Amino acid sequence: QVSAALKEGRVTPTELCQRCLALIKSTKFLNAYITVTEEAALKQAEESEERYKKGQPLGILDGIPIAVKDNFNTAGIETTCASKMLKGYISPYNATVVQKLLDRGAVLLGKTNLDEFAMGSGSTDGIFGPVRNPWSYSKQYKEKSVPKSHSEDKESDWVITGGSSGGSAAAVSSFTCFAALGSDTGGSTRNPAAHCGVVGLKPTYGLISRHGLIPLVNSMDVPGILTRCVDDAAVLLGSLAGHDPKDSTTIQDDFKPFELPDLTDVSKLSIGIPKEYNAPGLSSEILALWSKAADLFKNAGAKVVEVSLPHTRYSIVCYHVLCTAEVASNMARFDGLEYGHRSDVKDSTESMYAATRREGFNDVVRGRILSGNYFLLKQNYEKYFVKAQKVRRLIANDFVKVFRSGVDILLTPTTLSDAAPYTEFIQEDNRTRSAQDDILTQAANMAGLPAINVPTALSERGLPVGLQFIGRSFQEKQLLTVAKWFEKQVQFPVIQLEEVKRHDNGVCQHQKSASFS
Amino acid sequence: MAARGCGRVWCWARQLCAGRPGPGSRSRPFPRRQRTVACNARGGAVSAGKSGLAPWIPVVGLEIHAQISSNSKLFSGSQVQFAAPPNSLVSFFDASLPGTLPVLNRRCVEAAVMTGLALNCHINKKSLFDRKHYFYADLPAGYQITQQRVPIAVNGSLSYSLCIDNKMSQMVTKTVRIKQIQLEQDSGKSLHDDTRSQTLVDLNRAGVGLMELVMEPDMCCGEEAAAAVRELQLILQTLGSSQAVMAEGQLRVDANVSVHRPGEPYGVRTEVKNINSIRFLAKAVDYEIQRQIEELGNGGTILNETRAFDSKLGCTVPMRDKEGKQDYRFMPEPNLPPLILYDAKSLPANMNHQQVINIDWIHERLPDLPSVKREKLVEQYGILPEHSFTLLNEDGLAEFFESVVKQTQMKPKKVIGWILNDLLSYLKQHSLTVKESPVSSFLLADLLNLLEKKEISSTAAKQVFAELWKGEGKTPLETVKEQKLELLQDQKELEQICQAVIDGQENE
Repeated sequence: QVSAALKEGRVTPTELCQRCLALIKSTKFLNAYITVTEEAALKQAEESEERYKKGQPLGILDGIPIAVKDNFNTAGIETTCASKMLKGYISPYNATVVQKLLDRGAVLLGKTNLDEFAMGSGSTDGIFGPVRNPWSYSKQYKEKSVPKSHSEDKESDWVITGGSSGGSAAAVSSFTCFAALGSDTGGSTRNPAAHCGVVGLKPTYGLISRHGLIPLVNSMDVPGILTRCVDDAAVLLGSLAGHDPKDSTTIQDDFKPFELPDLTDVSKLSIGIPKEYNAPGLSSEILALWSKAADLFKNAGAKVVEVSLPHTRYSIVCYHVLCTAEVASNMARFDGLEYGHRSDVKDSTESMYAATRREGFNDVVRGRILSGNYFLLKQNYEKYFVKAQKVRRLIANDFVKVFRSGVDILLTPTTLSDAAPYTEFIQEDNRTRSAQDDILTQAANMAGLPAINVPTALSERGLPVGLQFIGRSFQEKQLLTVAKWFEKQVQFPVIQLEEVKRHDNGVCQHQKSASFS
Repeated sequence: MAARGCGRVWCWARQLCAGRPGPGSRSRPFPRRQRTVACNARGGAVSAGKSGLAPWIPVVGLEIHAQISSNSKLFSGSQVQFAAPPNSLVSFFDASLPGTLPVLNRRCVEAAVMTGLALNCHINKKSLFDRKHYFYADLPAGYQITQQRVPIAVNGSLSYSLCIDNKMSQMVTKTVRIKQIQLEQDSGKSLHDDTRSQTLVDLNRAGVGLMELVMEPDMCCGEEAAAAVRELQLILQTLGSSQAVMAEGQLRVDANVSVHRPGEPYGVRTEVKNINSIRFLAKAVDYEIQRQIEELGNGGTILNETRAFDSKLGCTVPMRDKEGKQDYRFMPEPNLPPLILYDAKSLPANMNHQQVINIDWIHERLPDLPSVKREKLVEQYGILPEHSFTLLNEDGLAEFFESVVKQTQMKPKKVIGWILNDLLSYLKQHSLTVKESPVSSFLLADLLNLLEKKEISSTAAKQVFAELWKGEGKTPLETVKEQKLELLQDQKELEQICQAVIDGQENE
């Protein structure tokens, strides 16, 4: 819609950019952005405007304001991973995905907040502080949530965004940008998308280049896409996917971008409902929503079958071993020598290393490094790492079997419940939280499968709840087509940002032009 | 800030380098054999001396790192070049900037396959990369990418020859098994500035492709180790898979040495490092064998330790281990898919040839290996086998010989004498390589033709050769004329000279 408006000249890229920048300012309290690149963005918008004037826009993304999670390298712009280790680090190169977006004329507004090195599920554990869920300030939440007591500080009511790509999800959800990049290792794109009521796509492993994404777990990381609607996600996927000579794990073939058809007939579809996803801790509200969604497909003529993924319940422990092992390895480069934080301790190289890493990483990161190194020790390697790899294979095989049995798409919840208030969330430590929150998203990463969160409804408290679709490897088109059909059926409500409205009257307009495709 | 951080390190290194002598003064690649300490080339045991016990059996195995000769590094596009300004050949990946990924260099894989084939290895059609972790300033990522689990080539062998009792006429051929060849990254270089107590890091070498060759402990003395490494060096140079110049660090040899009594299991071994020429390899191994025998003879024990060879003192000394006992915490490299190679049978029909490596294709194109070249020389020119060794041991000498043979009527068997006795000893005296010889193959052939046509005597020819060596640009014929060295063929002239001599006698 916005793209059409740009083409027709109803709105110019500069106007669009300025409005977004103004919104970013008025929603600063959300803490969604770590860095806002105002000047560069305006310059890009100007260039885009020139292209439109000449009638030569670079395509549908030209002039579209976007945001990028702060664990993607951006040339000349700080890339911090929300860590003291990389605070002030200015990368000399662009991640492939960033470069691709810039090449298509997208306007980069800034870098979004996250958990330190993407380790977390709340976007609460970064050095720049927690991200606040825009829905905390929505009319819907305010009306439905019962204030515990009026004397209590209203401030403490705000809920988390989920994570680790919480900044990106909040940025899209609060209309400060039209799309954002996240990353997804165990659910880091889908989880905050669910909590913030936006679309979050985790593509098949190898479909999008990881070059320039600062890794968490190389064998599971994928750049994630956060947008306001499924069509937008398809557009972004089309411009990001495909072989990258700089990432040997990408597919060899070029990727053909696609437009999503409007599905009218789902009767040929077979939707699998994995029973293991009725996990301990799943809220009754979400369970009900999930079965309602299944009924929706059934009533529309689709075949809905219960399936079993027996090894999925081991996925969290397995993930714990594989993730920490790769973290221990990946973090070894942060020694204060070539870049990043360097401690003043100078007694010896070793003491400098130790002090640098102690000062530069938070407890979560250090904890994972410690356990990872433990699992990789010679005497433990077989017992933990090799075993975890075998379990990973079993988890992946479960999916293969289910898809081979004729199931096209799996339908599951994305999260166990709606977003928790911050004060409640931080009662538990990061590890416990991550283990709980990744439980429904994690297996797709183990198997490398594409998965998407589609915002489905509001909870009793007026907070977004999403459902997840998991597809076959490299069958993004089918996955997104089904997701789009579902999106249309559920008609997820638009967020009504009262406080923001007070600051900026342009919001309404944005709400109308919620999507750009 | 990254750029700033990097800049600091580079800047330091440059400062230091300015005052540093250029590395790699040329050393003679040919091992000049010295006294062999504890070995005879027949591979026998070493007598324990005075004690009446059974003799000791030394066991020597080698671990060799050969730098792959390639334009760019193993996983990045940075150039590979010796003695470039510090940190001038460093890509983002080499400096381990976050988010960078390795991309395997095809040329390095081909070089390893070639080397594996030349060493009769089984080439693994699927090999894997692993990370080996340790903290060191010249290892920016904190790990080295290597092939610990499934290397690219395994189970090979290398045949080499050496002479018995230092007599060229008694050559014996031996074989050492090659356990494996693995691809891995080189590290950077740390330069410790003790006076200012700082360490400078040069990352030019970081990420350069290496082949690690592991030789089984099939050798028993320095002489054998040296001969095996020399043969390997020739093979690598023939293949072009490595320049294998030890002085420039392109070929690094570590020796594992132990001694034991016959019938007993292998003794505790030590690892000898810091060996930078083939001559020193022989010395270091022999010293270490002798040291262990003496140590055990005196009732001592051998520690499983790393020792460094001190070339000035000619002995090995215990090395302070970098970080004590290491657990390298190996794990699979997740950013590189398994390395798949094909042969004619397994090659998929629709595969782009640019994207695959065909082992058979490489096999068919292997150049003649040194052993084959020697056989051909012996067969074609009728020279002695030991001469063929000498011809190949000097870079370019065989080609020089063949070129002379082509341009002269003299029989190859006679030509070889001139090459080995005259040319080679002159070269050695003046520490020159064949390429630097002031006497070209053309000039030598010219000279030998004069000799062959009996225009000069053999003694005169030697005189002419000495003149030509001065490199004054004269032809052999001109030199002969100038110095009046021609054999007199004219009977009258001869008679006249004789008459003159006789007349002179009479007058007295």
